[in-house]
Amino acid sequence: MTPSIIKLDTTAEDHHIARMAAVALGLTVLENAIPSPLPGVKPGLANIVTLIVLARYGWRVAAWVSLLRVLAGSLLFGNFLSPGFFLSLSGAMLSLLMLAFAQHLPKRWFGPVSHSIYAAFAHISGQMLVVYLWLIPHAGIAYLIPIFATAALLFGTVNGLIAARFMDNANALNSKPIENPI
Amino acid sequence: MHTEALQHIRPGDWLTLLLGSIFVVLLTLKLWGGDLADKAIIRSGGKIFREVPLSRNQQIEVPGPLGVSVISIQNRKARIASDPSPRQYCVRQGWLQQSGEIALCLPNQVSVELTGSKKKYDTLNY
Repeated sequence: MTPSIIKLDTTAEDHHIARMAAVALGLTVLENAIPSPLPGVKPGLANIVTLIVLARYGWRVAAWVSLLRVLAGSLLFGNFLSPGFFLSLSGAMLSLLMLAFAQHLPKRWFGPVSHSIYAAFAHISGQMLVVYLWLIPHAGIAYLIPIFATAALLFGTVNGLIAARFMDNANALNSKPIENPI
Repeated sequence: MHTEALQHIRPGDWLTLLLGSIFVVLLTLKLWGGDLADKAIIRSGGKIFREVPLSRNQQIEVPGPLGVSVISIQNRKARIASDPSPRQYCVRQGWLQQSGEIALCLPNQVSVELTGSKKKYDTLNY
């Protein structure tokens, strides 16, 4: 039997995206080890990677990294195509949509912290939309919105600060963009 | 440590933080303010016909002198779905959600009033 070799042509950019998505995936795994007081309230550490990629390489690469992370994460945790997967996906897609607009804010005034906060609010909006339209079509879930919104503001700020700090450190160490940040 | 964290926040970021905080506070006040009603009082001919919680979706038929008014409760809201009154004012009022809201069908002597945990002041109560 002759071994058949399937070879995909991959570019350096593909490898780069895959590496970034792997870092984001690592943070997702780490985050799942942290107990949460309420299902859905999570720090969203993987979004730090999305923010850094957005600032360095633009929106298209950030979208790839974010969506790959959602897909690979769901395969890893075994919830592909389950409600949890669609919650992640809707959150990630609305965040990316928001970032597509937020990235055009003047850089002098708005940094990763703003991007992160806007994306966090968009994330929770996307999730609440799926919850309301599909999972729990009841107005009672409105009582949970203030909790989620507070968490979005808090974790959005913290993630933005971490991303900003990381980029400052990396810039201080090396003036040219580094290939593999972690 | 604190000053180090602060230097990553650009002027516009403070604006974002401020707007985000205001947004969260307004959301909390609106959604946790206790203004959302949790009970509907249905009256017919001036007497209480039934008191129903808004938590369960249902249709209630209330008899009056002109015929039957249908009241529907859905998603913590209530409305008069149909009524034999000639001008249909109470039907056209639509969904009631806030505590203190009331829909009256005078010709058929049917009314729906929403109440919450605390009764708000209005001229019907005083």
